[in-house]
This record gives sequence, structure tokens and C-alpha cells, in this order.
Amino acid sequence: MVSMRRIISDLRVFGRGYLRNAAGLFFGLIFPVVLILIFGAIFSGGFSGRITAYVQNQDNGPVSIAFIDQLNRTGAVSVVLISPSEDFSQYLSTHSSSDGIVFPANFSADYNAGNPINLTVFGNPSQTSSAVVSGTVAGLANWFNLQRYGGSPIIGITQTTAQAQVTEYIDFLVPGLIGFSILTSPMFSLVNISSEYKRIKLFKQLSLTPLTKIEWLASKVLFYILLSSASFLLMVAVGVFAFGAHIVLSLWLIPFLILGPMLFASLGMLVGTISKNTETASVVGNLITFPMMFLSGTFFPISLMPTYLQYFAHVLPLFYIIDGLNGVMIYANYTQTAIDLAVVTAITVIFFVAAARLFKWRED
Amino acid sequence: MDWLIPVEVSSVKKSYGEIKAVDGVSFSVNEGEVFALLGPNGAGKTTLIEIMEGLRKRDEGDVKVLGLDPWANGYLLHQKIGVIPQDFTFFDKATPREALKYYANLFGVSVDADAIVREVVLDDSANVRFENLSGGQKQKMGLALSLVNSADLLFLDEPTTGLDPTARRAIWDVIKGLRSKDKTVILTTHYLDEAEQLSDRVAIMNHGHIVAMGTPDEIIEAYGSGERLEIHGTKELADYIKANTKLKMWFNGRDLISIAMIQKGDALLALTTIEESGLEWRELHTRRDSLDDVFVKLVSGRIDEKGEIRTENADNSLHDQRRR
Repeated sequence: MVSMRRIISDLRVFGRGYLRNAAGLFFGLIFPVVLILIFGAIFSGGFSGRITAYVQNQDNGPVSIAFIDQLNRTGAVSVVLISPSEDFSQYLSTHSSSDGIVFPANFSADYNAGNPINLTVFGNPSQTSSAVVSGTVAGLANWFNLQRYGGSPIIGITQTTAQAQVTEYIDFLVPGLIGFSILTSPMFSLVNISSEYKRIKLFKQLSLTPLTKIEWLASKVLFYILLSSASFLLMVAVGVFAFGAHIVLSLWLIPFLILGPMLFASLGMLVGTISKNTETASVVGNLITFPMMFLSGTFFPISLMPTYLQYFAHVLPLFYIIDGLNGVMIYANYTQTAIDLAVVTAITVIFFVAAARLFKWRED
Repeated sequence: MDWLIPVEVSSVKKSYGEIKAVDGVSFSVNEGEVFALLGPNGAGKTTLIEIMEGLRKRDEGDVKVLGLDPWANGYLLHQKIGVIPQDFTFFDKATPREALKYYANLFGVSVDADAIVREVVLDDSANVRFENLSGGQKQKMGLALSLVNSADLLFLDEPTTGLDPTARRAIWDVIKGLRSKDKTVILTTHYLDEAEQLSDRVAIMNHGHIVAMGTPDEIIEAYGSGERLEIHGTKELADYIKANTKLKMWFNGRDLISIAMIQKGDALLALTTIEESGLEWRELHTRRDSLDDVFVKLVSGRIDEKGEIRTENADNSLHDQRRR
């Protein structure tokens, strides 16, 4: 018979021990926030999303100035003017940049006279930034060409996005790192304590009390649900207040915050249980955790990965948690979320039952 | 439930692969008795006590503890017994006081934590985290936890191994206190003095067998050489006694003559003969084997501090090395 009183008293002792351990506290609560701050700062904070293009204007007439002004207004390119006297390609390489545009002398005069003009666009074909620069310049050139002959565009473009909000990197990062902390804290901790308690015979010690192994496991799961929830709130707060992340909060998140820690606590327990000693447990635990940590859409959406890695991601339990969190927090797509939730529930039940069955208090 | 005999063990066997850790052991422990399993490391003491505690499955034989099969009914049994396992450990960050509260909650009893820490003389460290306790304090904490459910039957697996003499004595006092409360205690030890000081009955174990069992006196009686007269004298004196009496005697080759006191009047005969000889003698006294002497005979060696067995020869060579 499962006793709530015993689960709570075990939870209290375990929780107090955890809070008294600075390292555990750091990795459980602080580390994911640090990751948000670092990755958020790299990819969102100071990064406007614009590509810097160096522009040398050897013309300095009204048309080239208007062209450059338009270029700056597209929002895609941020223009940095450099002196006409510089050696342009030399300048680019000393500034570690490959993107640049050179407006030839007499650009404005030739334009007004209707003489063909050649704009030189520097770029590196293997970089997306170069494609953005040359595409933008080509679009603007067409527009100026039309203007020259008094034409007006027939096909117009209205830009919009499928979501209510434009998604930015930080919007992916917050659910990704919530998934990261749901994975790492319970997983590493349970791998370690399940093998360590076995080694120092603490399980044997506990088996002499009325605490049952299911109660013990339940108390660990409960603890990591609480820890993950605290970590969730902290990360959402940092994402929203520090980086202005657009996050949808919904009751749909609750099952993920409960099942996630339960899944990985059980998996950690399984690894620790079936491993012969602490060292093996730690190796097996890392072999499972690290690929999952990077390939489940934690730091970037999996659509950026090659197809075979995307297939691989689909066998990782964390993928379904992060996919579900993304579904709720970014897209508000509850059909996809429901599927993810079903998968997560099934995996959690399997792991929990297996862990509870295989894990032994006493030796034969 | 009727369990006048708290612990009954019969023909229990347990092997680990080829090694027969416990090889057909039978005994019973009576209510209110302190029973010691004494033996060197690897004798099978811990395996045997763990089988009784329900922590280990036996291969063969029968065990009843408080009327229960300890392996099959371990969960039920554990609520009724107190145990300190060998090398007691606990959560690093918990203090003895917290641990007592935790155990009380698990057992669903209310305890006076202060009284228990006082009882085991741990009151000055009741709020120190387990990781910062000394070896002796850790053992005392284990002892304190085994008292939480007020069990009438306690199992103490090497409760004082590795402790300094003061800590050991403190634990002995607690065990003596349990004895005076009529608790039944089964303990394992490789310290002879511990077994002699604490227990009503001792079972000496070696290689998975019980080689002797009874009160220390009974064991000495059964396996010792009996009462003897020892006298310091020359070989001449020894020869004189041998020639003039039928007394059973030994001469150690240097200056010690031992005469067995088998029949009434043997002592008087020996003394009269010595007087008659007119030879020099000194230091006459009677002596019998101690538990220590018997133990050396039974396990053919002495046990060192760590519980390893040292044969007499090995012991000598060790001393020789040290002298050099």
C-alpha cells in the first residue's frame, strides 16, 4: 500500500539534501538560466537580424544615395559606408566580411541618361548572408529600372507570417532549454544516486524501513517535477523579461512538466539499476543523455538538421517533449501537441514500470 | 503470535558461486539473550545475519525470525526488528536528528529524538550532517535509528568495527543498556573482548561453520585444556615430578612446567612432590584457558584489528620483521 506520508517524508529529506548541495542547485536551477542568457544574448539580444553590407559609393550622386537609402530601409541589410579611396576587396578581408556593394562613378548620371550600369556585389556563395544581400540588391535594382521608364509593378507582395507573432530565436530557445532541464536534472541525478546508493548499500538500509521502492521512486519523481516547474518559471521569466520572448502559456504545459521529469527520472533509474557499477552507469547515462541533449531541438529547431538526423531525433523521447512544448508555447498547435503528449505518456509509463520492476532493494 | 524463541536457524546454507559462505548452520536465540557471532572476516557472519534480517536469500535450510520467514516476509519483519547493517551509511546532508524524524515518519511512530540521541551519547552532534560525523558517531547514529521502532529484537552487524576504544566502549554501554531492558540482541564481531563482555552466548564461526557455541564458560570448558597448575622451575624438577607421579604434565623446554588438574588431590600431590624434590621453584599459580586460547585453537590463528586471521607463525614472522 502506497503511503503519502512516507513519500512526503522521503521527499522532505531528499529535497533538503538537494538544497544543501550547491552543485545540484546550480545545475538544476541556475545552469539552464545561464544557457538562456548566453544563447539569448548571442542570437537575439545584440543581433538585429540584419546583415552588415559594406558599401563603397564612388558616385555620390542623388540616385546612388537614394538607392543606398532604400537598401537600408529594407530591414534585411544594414549599410556601412566606406571611403571611395579604400581598396574594397582588401577592406572586406581585413574586416572578415564577404558582403559588399560597389556603386561605380557616374552611377546617377548614367541612370538618368539611360546608359547600362554595372553594380558590383561582393559575396560568398556558400553563405546565406550573401544570398540575402544580392537578392535584396537585385530586387531594388529592378525597382529602380522600372522607375526609370515610368512603369509600375504588376505583381505586388504582401509579407505576413502564419503565426500571430513573428518567431525569433529566443522563442525556440526557451522551450528547448526547458526541455533540456527536464532531461538533465532528473536523468543525471537518478543515474548517479541509483548506482551510488546501490554501491554504498543505502538501498539495503532503506529496505529495513517501511518505505517501499515505489514510494522512494515516487518521491524522486515528485521532487523533479517540483524542480522542473521552478526551473520552468524561472526560464520563462528570463526569456520574457530579458529578451522579450513571445511565449504562450497554457494548461497544456502541465502534463509535459509532470510526465517529462517522470520519464527521465525513470530512465535514469533504469540505467543505474542495470549497470554493474557507478562508472558504467555514468558512461551509459552520458551515452543516452548527450545525443538527446543536442539532437532533440534543444538549442535549434530540428528542421535545420540533415534529414537522417531528423529521423534520428524522432526516436529520442526528449524530441516529443520539446516538440510538444513548441506546439504549445510558439504555435499554439494543439493537434500536434496532443500527439506528442500521447507519445510521451506511453514512453513514460513504459520506463516507469520497467524501472520500478527491475530496481531491487535487496540482493538475492 | 507465539514466538517464545525469537530466532531459529536450521541447516542454513548460502553459496556465492564456488564459495560456501554459510555451510549448514543451526542455532536458536532465546528471548532476552545477547547472542554473538564471533569469527574472522570471511567466516560467513554477515551473510548469516543478513539472512536472518531478510536482506539476503538463503539457498537451503529454514529460518524463522519472530515466527516469520525473513526473506518471504521481509517487509513485515522489518517493522518489528531493529538493524544496523555493516558499514552503516546515510544521506550525506542529513543530521542525526533529521534522520530520526525521517525514520519515525516512515515507521509511523512518534519518537523523542532528544532521548534517543542521549541514549546513544550523540546529543552533542545531533545537528551535525552525516558527512561531517566521525566513524564512531556514524555508528551511534545507526544504533539510534535501529531504536526508532522500539523493536524487541535487534541485529547489530559489526557495530564497533574500526572504532577507537572510547567510541567502542560507548556503544558497548548502549548494548548493555538494551540487555538490561530484556531486548534480544544478535551481533556479529571479530573482537573477542566484545563477545566476552556483551554476550550471554557466543557462536564461533569459521569457514561457514559454527565451530563452537555456548556461554564463554561452556566453550572454554568444552574446548579448553581445563584447570592446570603452572610453576616456574628447571628441567630437573620436571623430570623429578614425571618420575615420581603419574600426573599429566608438560615442560616448555625452558622454565615452565604445566600440570593438569584432573582428579581431586592432584594439586596436593603435585605440591608435595615439588617440596620433596628440594629443587628451586617460583611463581606457582593455577590457570585455565581463556576464550582467546580456545579461539586460537578453534580457528587455528588469532584475529587482528581488521578481522583478518593471523596464524601464530605468520604472527611471529611479522614481529621479526618489525624488530629488524
